[in-house]
Amino acid sequence: MASIHIDGLTKVYPGGVTAIDGLDLTIEDGSFFALLGPSGCGKTTLLRTIAGLEAVSAGTIHIAERDVTVLPPGDRNVAMVFQDYALFPHMSVNENIAYPLRIKKTGRSERTLKATETGTALGLEALMERRPAELSGGQQQRVALARAMACQPSVFLLDEPLSNLDARLRLEARSFLKRLQRELGVTTVFVTHDQSEALAMADQIAVMEKGRIRQLGTPSEIFRSPSNTFVANFIGSTPMNLLPGVLRGGTLRVGSASVGREAAGELAAWSAGAVDSGEVTVAFRPEYARVDGDGPLRFTGTVETLENLGASVLVTVRTGDDQRVQAVVPEGEEVDVGAGVHVAPVPGRILVYDARGELLRP
Amino acid sequence: MTPRTVLRRLALTAFLSIATAFWALPLLWLVTAPFDRRPGLTVSWPDWTLENFQRLAENPYAFSSLKNSVILAGGSMIGVTILAALAAYSLSRVRIPGRNALLYGLLLLSSIVTGTAAMVPIFQLMFSLNLIDDRSGVILVFIGGLLPAAIFILKDFMDATPKSYEESARVFGASSMQVLRHVMLPIVRPGLATIAVWTLVNVWSDFLISYILLRDPAKIPAGVVMYTFYSEGGQANLPLISAFSLVYALPVVALYLFVNRRYGFRFHGGIKS
Repeated sequence: MASIHIDGLTKVYPGGVTAIDGLDLTIEDGSFFALLGPSGCGKTTLLRTIAGLEAVSAGTIHIAERDVTVLPPGDRNVAMVFQDYALFPHMSVNENIAYPLRIKKTGRSERTLKATETGTALGLEALMERRPAELSGGQQQRVALARAMACQPSVFLLDEPLSNLDARLRLEARSFLKRLQRELGVTTVFVTHDQSEALAMADQIAVMEKGRIRQLGTPSEIFRSPSNTFVANFIGSTPMNLLPGVLRGGTLRVGSASVGREAAGELAAWSAGAVDSGEVTVAFRPEYARVDGDGPLRFTGTVETLENLGASVLVTVRTGDDQRVQAVVPEGEEVDVGAGVHVAPVPGRILVYDARGELLRP
Repeated sequence: MTPRTVLRRLALTAFLSIATAFWALPLLWLVTAPFDRRPGLTVSWPDWTLENFQRLAENPYAFSSLKNSVILAGGSMIGVTILAALAAYSLSRVRIPGRNALLYGLLLLSSIVTGTAAMVPIFQLMFSLNLIDDRSGVILVFIGGLLPAAIFILKDFMDATPKSYEESARVFGASSMQVLRHVMLPIVRPGLATIAVWTLVNVWSDFLISYILLRDPAKIPAGVVMYTFYSEGGQANLPLISAFSLVYALPVVALYLFVNRRYGFRFHGGIKS
């Protein structure tokens, strides 16, 4: 069991690209931690640096209170599952799972036994003699996990663990990974570009952009109150409504709609914060907006498009100020295209970001 | 079908038949002449006999030369395969400036080493190394001459192997040599088989290098012994040459069939996953 401490970590590639930029991060022992961000944000580089596959340019990495910054990967007691699983094609499933033990000079019969044990725990007992090429994507992933488990590491590192699976299997694998992590209790760090994966699996999420962490928090913190417009934009399966507004004298004005801080309700974070911020960005999630609902901030417009999300419908409304506002409407409360409606965010769910894009907090 | 296309097809077929016959005749000679009581330079239905082989067995150098060929070809094969594997792995994974220029340069120069043009300097080199009439000298020259092309072929196989295999092994604590032995070499096995057989065939069929560097008749390989099969009158001893040609060719054919079945010949890398 191990926590990971990262201090002032910087990684500059030989070409001069800064992949990680003075990053500080603590990953608690036993947590299921997601590194989330768009491609090129440095999340995979960070994972590879923890594994020891990339040398750091500056800063330190501690795993279980031990400075591993300059240790080779094999001495860090970590196991990594690669995006393509990297199962050795010439070895059987059993030999693959036993490989870490072979490196540790465990005897052949003992490692075969241990590999069988680990494989059985992951439901691979019928496949132990097969070659990786004869397995499905989901089975290959389990073999890769079993191989990582076989060396009993103190940290698991998973690089895009679900991206090589098809959509249906991905949901299955998601619950499987979460259950497995909970049972093993081993600190696990995984990289993903898919915010729904991070929200669904992780205990803690670090949202990254350009080599820095933009927000660190639990999935619900990150979903409810993204601390800047980048995170607000990135998180959520339906994009957040982000509208330009003005906050002056305690009154928030968005186009022709406005709301005073008293009316915004006590739950609205911004209402207790700055009174005068000038140009701001007002944000609320479509899930937290009601069509024809009553609220302190109301947008009036006509329904432009309807997108069926299954159990609900995403309604896009074009307001009189030529803004687009989206709201998610549950089944049975659909509206018609072209109809005139009011859209009102639920009080307390309105987020206000200052001109630099940072959340106004109480 | 217009008469024009019929004519074109006829012409093509005729051309291909002549070309096939051109290549097939020597092979036909190779399988018929050794069994003919009076083998000539033409292909004819043989007057069956095994006498030629009996005469071959009586020749003191024929079979020892095959043994020498095995030693030279086997030694070169082992040397080339091991050195090419190490060099190809390094060249595939380590970034050094001018890597490709180095490789292409070696490739270009190596065709001179095993060619005729460099025979005098090679003789002088071996002479000053005191390796004349020494089998290891011949093997060294072959390794030097064949290595660049072998590296070139094998590097392509290494390049095609995903880096994640290697990194995965490294995270489990494998050293570079362990990565090479456990992961890379098994994956590039078809490449190893290809360069091994290619080296073997190259050395097996050599005449010039062994002829120049070896003196002792007990050390000369099959390709050189064939050159001694003349009658007193200076005439080519066709019964002996034809029988020996067949014996000389069979191991290579057998090897090719075996390796092709076992590994499959490929000249490019790539993984089926």
